[in-house]
Amino acid sequence: MTIKEIFDLLKNRFENIKIYIEKFEVGEEYIVVSPDALKQILQEIRNNPRLHFDYLMCISSVDDANGEIKKDENGNKIIKGGTLSLYYHLYSTTRNHKIAIKTSVDRENPAVPTAIDLWKSADWHEREAFDMMGIKFEGHPNLKRILMPYDWNAGFPLRKDFITPEYYNDLKIPY
Amino acid sequence: MMNEAYNLEYKSLKKEGDSEIMILNMGPQHPSTHGVLRLELKVNGEIIEEVIPHIGYLHRCFEKHAEACNYQQVIPYVDRMDYLSSMYNDFGYAIAVEKLLGIEIPERVEYIRIIMGEFQRIASHLVAIGTFGLDVGSFTPFLYCFRDREKILTLFEKTCGARLLYNYIWPGGVSHDLYPEFKNDALNFLKEFKRNLKDLEILLVENKIFIERTAGIGVLPENIAINYAASGPMIRGSGIPYDIRKIEPYGIYDRFEFNIPVGEGMMGKKGDCWDRFYVRYLEILESIKIIEQALDSLPDGNVFEKLPKKIKPKKGIVYSRVESPRGELGFFIISDGSDKPFRIKVRAPSFVNLSILPEIAKGCFIADLVAILGSIDIVLGEVDR
Amino acid sequence: MNTINEKDNLLNNKIEYNSKDKNFYFEPGVIIAKADELFSWARKSSLWQLTFGLACCAIEMMSTSASNYDFDRFGVIPRPSPRQADVMIVSGTVTLKMASRIKILYEQMSEPKYVISMGSCATCGGPYWQHGYHVLKGVDRIIPVDVYVPGCPPRPEALLDGLITLQKKIEKEYLLKEKNDNKRNI
Repeated sequence: MTIKEIFDLLKNRFENIKIYIEKFEVGEEYIVVSPDALKQILQEIRNNPRLHFDYLMCISSVDDANGEIKKDENGNKIIKGGTLSLYYHLYSTTRNHKIAIKTSVDRENPAVPTAIDLWKSADWHEREAFDMMGIKFEGHPNLKRILMPYDWNAGFPLRKDFITPEYYNDLKIPY
Repeated sequence: MMNEAYNLEYKSLKKEGDSEIMILNMGPQHPSTHGVLRLELKVNGEIIEEVIPHIGYLHRCFEKHAEACNYQQVIPYVDRMDYLSSMYNDFGYAIAVEKLLGIEIPERVEYIRIIMGEFQRIASHLVAIGTFGLDVGSFTPFLYCFRDREKILTLFEKTCGARLLYNYIWPGGVSHDLYPEFKNDALNFLKEFKRNLKDLEILLVENKIFIERTAGIGVLPENIAINYAASGPMIRGSGIPYDIRKIEPYGIYDRFEFNIPVGEGMMGKKGDCWDRFYVRYLEILESIKIIEQALDSLPDGNVFEKLPKKIKPKKGIVYSRVESPRGELGFFIISDGSDKPFRIKVRAPSFVNLSILPEIAKGCFIADLVAILGSIDIVLGEVDR
Repeated sequence: MNTINEKDNLLNNKIEYNSKDKNFYFEPGVIIAKADELFSWARKSSLWQLTFGLACCAIEMMSTSASNYDFDRFGVIPRPSPRQADVMIVSGTVTLKMASRIKILYEQMSEPKYVISMGSCATCGGPYWQHGYHVLKGVDRIIPVDVYVPGCPPRPEALLDGLITLQKKIEKEYLLKEKNDNKRNI
């Protein structure tokens, strides 16, 4: 099935949820959902026998950097407002089709329901999204940092306004 | 300096009232963990109750560097992620950027990329087989595998100048053309290599001690493999023929004839360590077939025709995946119209395959854990990026 | 070298062993040398290395130990435990999370111990020097290094050259000269 057919099926099934397709000039098209309806859509695409997406390939977190850019007291760039986005890429081993789903959350208080009870591969991907971007997943049994040290308290590294700290436990970081 | 980190990391170890469980640490420096990986084991005597992997000891900030460089300057960083198969990393990245740019590349470049990619697959599987034998206790196959791998590295070195990290496959073409005697050298090497593989078969594949150590251990059932998104020889060892070269062919893989080896439980249960190892061994034979077919029909042409001077794609999003020797390698690139990528996210196969370890290592001995870890075939540069 | 005339000469006379090691000369069965130089020769010819590969340079170190560019002919055997090792070859990028463990491993090795810093990442941070927020720019910020081997990754011949430089450095050390003197004369 193409993405257009999958989108039509979902739109007919859930009439009161706002979803739409987006595509830029080059590249692929993807379905955009709001975070409240995310869990319902994910459950549907996994359990529906015509769709049967049983293989979660990747969850990516992106800093959209579409808020206001201000300068703080040291002259460093700070972004206020705007969104952070999550992209889910899924594939179906029985029907041989794939799909991409996007949600956007607030930058100040990002929270999204977890997908770990549907696909176990979401476990480490969600921990990495939390570690690098700061997005909290509600219902995750073990949401800790995974790549950075456990006592790293200097922020979330992949945000666009991240400033490299000077020292970490007496080790000098800059060159 | 270390007290804070120690308190946070080891707080989970204090468990009240349980006197039989001992906590053992297979630390970052260990001869059989294939790099800097820390495993926290909760053992009851010799039997493992729980395994918790801790990663991040080789996190080198690839994604932050990619946001600060041009599209061409990112290629050496992409090489260094999975350092045992760096031709395939370049290949995956080049295909993703070419989808964003929408350019067609010459025929000769397509053939060269596939030949180099399959040679790299053979070299990477030789390291996997050699170090797996070394973990389990046999030293000679390690030396035989490295001897053959050195000959492949000599071929690469004569083409592009580097032994391990090539910076060879660029978006739009390749950096150097093949040297004039490449075809003869490659065919001579393959003839000799097929004879050497018979030695390896007697030493390792049919070796009784090796089979006792690895058969029936670390069984991965089919539904768990799909739910955990395993890929590469991990999932093919469990009997599922999932190979991206056949499902969603990239490059010109649809012009060649080759099979997909799948585990059948010949020596033990389906999906155990021996099956995964045997799938890798059979894949070497399939790669030899592809290289011979490609060298037969290699066309002439200019490889530098379509190499763009400045890469500035329009706004868009792409997720493209290739079948690297370890599994499904995915590149998710967002471009915002400038000459630097806005976001590159890498879906590394070893990262996802390693998350299956706590599931399949329950209830085995500590010595079996080493065999299971060797059969997953992880590269820590990819896991931590 | 072994013609019949030269063999007679060897058996009957005292001759110089090798033009470089001018201080050893022997009759069959007897060697005369200074104690310090004998000990230096013994120590430099059997350096046991700690298996400590971090990243891509570790693969080149494994290739050096394999049969094509053999490490064993210099007396270098890999030992997994730091208590039994003489030389630690830091091969690969050192991250902040790993730095405290390297310091512990270095302190667990027993004297006399040496460190070879292999590759560009261990020397100065390598290609990650500019934006690496988790990379330690050079392992010599935490432990003292004896020999630096440049390259990304260095060829096996370059690593062997680094080992020979370390051997030349060990030759010049005096263990027995004065009991109160510092052990290394540099």
